[in-house]
Amino acid sequence: MTTQVIRVQGLHKSYKDLHVLRGVDFDVAPGTIFALLGSNGAGKTTVVKILSTLLKADAGTAVVNGFDVAAQPANVRESISLTGQFAAVDEILTGRENLVLVARLRHQKGPGKIADDLLERFQLTDAAARKVATYSGGMRRRLDIAMSLIGDPPVIFLDEPTTGLDPQARIEVWNSVRQLAGRGATVLLTTQYLDEAEQLAGQIAILHQGTIIATGTLAELKQLFPPAIVEYVEKQPSLEDIFLAITATTAKES
Amino acid sequence: MTTHFLGDTIVLLGRSMRHITRSLDTIITVSVMPIALMLLFVYVFGGAISPGGGPGRYVTYLLPGILLITIAMGISYTAYRLFTDMQSGIFERFQSMPIARSAVLWAHVLTSVVSNLISLVIVVLVALAMGFRTSAGPLAWLAVLGIVVLFTLAVTWLAVIAGLSAKSTDGAGAFSYPIIFLPFISSAFVATGTMPGPVRAFADNQPVTSIVNTIRDLFARQPVSASIWTALAWCLGIGIVAYALAVVTYRRKIS
Repeated sequence: MTTQVIRVQGLHKSYKDLHVLRGVDFDVAPGTIFALLGSNGAGKTTVVKILSTLLKADAGTAVVNGFDVAAQPANVRESISLTGQFAAVDEILTGRENLVLVARLRHQKGPGKIADDLLERFQLTDAAARKVATYSGGMRRRLDIAMSLIGDPPVIFLDEPTTGLDPQARIEVWNSVRQLAGRGATVLLTTQYLDEAEQLAGQIAILHQGTIIATGTLAELKQLFPPAIVEYVEKQPSLEDIFLAITATTAKES
Repeated sequence: MTTHFLGDTIVLLGRSMRHITRSLDTIITVSVMPIALMLLFVYVFGGAISPGGGPGRYVTYLLPGILLITIAMGISYTAYRLFTDMQSGIFERFQSMPIARSAVLWAHVLTSVVSNLISLVIVVLVALAMGFRTSAGPLAWLAVLGIVVLFTLAVTWLAVIAGLSAKSTDGAGAFSYPIIFLPFISSAFVATGTMPGPVRAFADNQPVTSIVNTIRDLFARQPVSASIWTALAWCLGIGIVAYALAVVTYRRKIS
């Protein structure tokens, strides 16, 4: 099974007395969206930090794109991009300058062109010359993800990409993530929202108390439960459905 | 990885220089305090402590110490900028990218040198308006520039340690207070000869005095005494130790 893009085996990590990871194992197949699901403090960010060479594991191995994160960190960094839990953008620079900065640091040719293309793809062209400090949360996140795509890294880590976003911005981010996988990249995203994993991920792993307690496709995970009992329920629209319907119509009118 | 060191440093230097040009208030804030001190000492205390010969002569006497205070003010912003970078995710983004990792620090350090030089030029211009006169030639000015840059580098690496290990924004800036205060217990404002024994012993043997005396000699076009070697030794010594500690702190932070 050397075809896996990410292989994690027996990962352990403690912060002083706090044993966050107690033997985490999972594999991610190329070109898929893999969701690491868990509540706050389950250790999702720790896993992502180890995989992106920001943190060293106490024990266990992790291989990303064929490179060991501990032994070949420089190769791993060539293969990945990380979008952290808080939008990692420079507020004082404009959106375009942020993209140009990352393009230069990734030693790309034609950084200006790359920036303009991404601005258009993420519908930020109008805001390109504005300081990022004036952006909304959703725009920041989109810029953040756009910055991650520069240099077409084969593996993309998204750490809680929609935490703190409003419902519309959330859907925008979801669409961006689907686009990424559509282009052949492997995406590992962490989330505490069950519907997000359900919407996006082909494979889901549930991280709980430092270990992966279940893994599989949504269909496989559903089979872990007793067979569904068929009941007739009147489906009320959720508040989110109502909110999105109303805001969509007013957006059309205005 | 290190092959990109120079290029990456320049790109990141461009980034932090933009931060400075977009918020010029940091440069103004850095210049205002030393200028206020200069005004205070020349026009308020100056009459009582000046070596005589009018305010112009005392400005000339004072300027070297004021320059060092300006630098000490300036580097607290380096610590602050570094701390802000680490708080926001941008630091982690850089660390997870295939760039020379030390470029992140060097960019901040070089930014500190450039922005401090801008502040120093402003302070010198104000001093000129207040009557500062020097007969120093191009070589002497070059020597002053060299010492000032060396001192800036040395204390900036101290600022890097502070920025990397700070727990709060206030903490990141607070380390510079002792450095700002150091010129007051030196030959910067009055000759050390008037101070009581132990204070004088401290003043004579702390780094600022030798640096101030060297710059003063260069401005006065006098042959520089042995103080220039003491000054260089202090700058290099502080710089090397601070650099080593900064690198250790950085490694601990990012691994």
